[in-house]
Amino acid sequence: MTAIDELSRPATDADVVGGVPARRVAAPASTDQAAALIAESAGQAVVVRGGGTKIEWGTPPDRLDLIIDTHRLTGVVEHAAGDLIAVVRAGTPLHELTLGDQQLALDAPLPGATVGGTVAANLAGPRRMLYGTARDLLIGITVVRPDAVVARSGGKVVKNVAGYDLGKLFTGSYGTLGLITECVFRLHPRAPAAATVTCRAGDPDRAGRLLAAVRSAQVAPSALEVDAEPGQEITIAALVEGTPDGVRARAATLSGLLGGEPGKPGVAGGTGGTPPWWGVLPWPDGGVGLKIGVPLSAVPDVLRAAADAGVRIRGSAGTGVLFGGLPGEPARAAADAVAALRTAATLASGHLVVLTAPPPVRDLADMWGPVPGLALMRRVKDRFDPDRRFAPGRFVGGI
Amino acid sequence: MIEVLANRMRAILGPGRVISDRQELRTYECDGLAHYKVVPALVVFPHDAAECAAVVGACAQAGVPFVARGSGTGLSGGALPHADGVLVVTAQMRDIIEVSAADERAVVQPGVINLQVSRAAAAGGHYYAPDPSSQQICSIGGNVAENSGGAHCLKYGFTVNHVTGVQVVTPDGELVRLGGRAPDAPGYDLLGAFVGSEGTLGVATEVTVRLTRQPETVRTLLAAFATTDQAGAATSAIIAEGVIPAAVEMMDALAIEAAEAAVRCGYPAGAGAVLIVELDGPAAEVDAQTEQARRLCERAGAFEVRDAADAAERALVWKGRKSAFAAVGRISPDYIVQDGVIPRTSLPEVLHRIGEASAARGVRVANVFHAGDGNLHPLVLFDDAVAGEAERAEQVSGEIIDLCIEYGGSITGEHGVGVDKARYMPRQFTADDLDTMQLVRCAFDPDGLSNPGKVFPTPRLCGEVPGRRTGAHPLQEAGQAEIF
Repeated sequence: MTAIDELSRPATDADVVGGVPARRVAAPASTDQAAALIAESAGQAVVVRGGGTKIEWGTPPDRLDLIIDTHRLTGVVEHAAGDLIAVVRAGTPLHELTLGDQQLALDAPLPGATVGGTVAANLAGPRRMLYGTARDLLIGITVVRPDAVVARSGGKVVKNVAGYDLGKLFTGSYGTLGLITECVFRLHPRAPAAATVTCRAGDPDRAGRLLAAVRSAQVAPSALEVDAEPGQEITIAALVEGTPDGVRARAATLSGLLGGEPGKPGVAGGTGGTPPWWGVLPWPDGGVGLKIGVPLSAVPDVLRAAADAGVRIRGSAGTGVLFGGLPGEPARAAADAVAALRTAATLASGHLVVLTAPPPVRDLADMWGPVPGLALMRRVKDRFDPDRRFAPGRFVGGI
Repeated sequence: MIEVLANRMRAILGPGRVISDRQELRTYECDGLAHYKVVPALVVFPHDAAECAAVVGACAQAGVPFVARGSGTGLSGGALPHADGVLVVTAQMRDIIEVSAADERAVVQPGVINLQVSRAAAAGGHYYAPDPSSQQICSIGGNVAENSGGAHCLKYGFTVNHVTGVQVVTPDGELVRLGGRAPDAPGYDLLGAFVGSEGTLGVATEVTVRLTRQPETVRTLLAAFATTDQAGAATSAIIAEGVIPAAVEMMDALAIEAAEAAVRCGYPAGAGAVLIVELDGPAAEVDAQTEQARRLCERAGAFEVRDAADAAERALVWKGRKSAFAAVGRISPDYIVQDGVIPRTSLPEVLHRIGEASAARGVRVANVFHAGDGNLHPLVLFDDAVAGEAERAEQVSGEIIDLCIEYGGSITGEHGVGVDKARYMPRQFTADDLDTMQLVRCAFDPDGLSNPGKVFPTPRLCGEVPGRRTGAHPLQEAGQAEIF
């Protein structure tokens, strides 16, 4: 039996990536098996799939033979609680991680998302404001290169500057540089208490003032989120985590800040739990999903432009990383809205990426927008994957 | 040959900013790791990104290697010149281009001193979090190259977590922007790969950093213990209770003795170890955590715990710690500063092993370290005037790095690999790991002109096909089908 025969099955109608059917699906259960599989399938085009929650993101692959599915590459290899680190196999669903009174502080906006997929897409949720993203939490990585060589970088200690940090390069690489099989993360203790303060924030100007007030206050929020539906009043929510006494005091400060403007709408949610939209990506099935990054002071500009373009905005106003959602039909209107919002983001020294969209919108809209450093990125891709085996065409500039 | 290049540099920069005189060149023969010395062929001082690009472009055209140098404070020889190459000194690129409190960003030239960024940001209520011990003199460009840390990176992370954009000159002389003012730029995170690449991927010409809100409250405890074991146990207990202090620093008896001799920091007498535990953040959190930390220190055996009452007392506590490296000069004519990392939980065991190595070779070791993240800075003491002492000190220093590798740590936590530790890289990483890092190097610098000889021991040339790619996979060689 070859590794491929043993580990794979013929693809079904469900094994499609961006409308492109695969021929086979293989599920290695170890890094060694994955390396054997990748060696044997030399020349074949590969797309890596974890939970499949973001498989429709990015541009469709130019060609596709083999899906490498990571659902057998699961489990916590090591949890060194005293060292606040965990070694986790890439196919492990984030919500299945059990780390006692510690946590991998990555919010998973999509239920069922795996560790590897979350790293490969660099997707983060509200608490990125305090804890950072996969990029910041990943301290070591094991990958199988497109030429089947197994390589590691980083290690199991948080503080480590030996050699290049390949984890950074693989984070957000959309599976175009190889297969991630194992990740080492720094962990954080779970906070004993948490509270969320939610308020109605009026228009983009007022929302901007409130956001700035929270950032300059001494409340050290773990998250500062905004939700803005076109035609509706904007909502802001802030999360604080810590000791019970500390959280109570900080939430009170927040309530004062967010509800304190006389004559304006007051505090809606008080210090209860998170609102229902918290950490949920703002686009419907079959809709268009956007990721927007802007400097903090430009968040109100994005809110204004989005309201004009009919785009719902939700995300981390505290870091300037927002998600946008709009219906996929009619396709021309959706593509125009994307272009208008991208112009606003770009004018503010930011960027806008279309994460997902129905095919008619993809045909009309530029998925990635301008990408500084693209020539250098192509050179990196050429070195790692000279035959363009891994996710060909899925990434920026046709990488 | 080099004279032709020197003339080209003078044409780009003007005659006053190119050094080619042998005596003057000698000033730049080393960085902070002074026992490695190489006189460069040329030293140049660009004032802006365009000049820097022109200088690097001229090197690329001539096929001459170049080495970037900021303040020259690095402790791994990362800015050690190349004998036939150009030393590009960025120290005169020292403009703070912009500080934006509203965006929580500062944009600076690479020669700007680390502490100046915090000073410039203070009016807006912010500071720049990475704080290497040399922050009064080290440059942001050097920090980017080395991914510098500092005492407070336990809570706040390293340079790479605080830089959102760089403009770099690639080794072929092109100016490229990686990242920017906004987070999460589309495409590969080349910014993340560039930070910490020790000058081997190009030269940073402008850096955009994230500013951090100044904490409402800072509290600093100084806890004295009879032994380092007790201090280590206290550290573990604090972390285990879910408290992440801004910093947890440890010094052993010999390090305390040196600090007292140098700066009279007034640490409790008779301590075998002291722990500095600093907590910062909202007052309501910090007060509770400080009491928790105090209780845990006492439970672990602290015979005295002081709570610095004000900024002056806090400064005195830190003075002992921050002067420790230099202070060792008071008790020993010569010393080696080592930098290695171990998992925090191995601390007591590794300290005992260091003690054994020290006793076996008859070499004193003063231990100063970032206990919170397991980053050791043993100071290996010797007298170069005594025959054989330097060699024995080198042996002990090397044995400490061996221990870091044995315990699953790292050969460097913040000083970098540079020229000093390249030989250890094959012990921490496999040939395949290093080969993979070379892929990145070759994408940026196919001709190997940017700071050659650093980080990697004898790298393969970029044109070479690595050996393992020429052979088939064992399964293929066994005659098993490779297509389906």
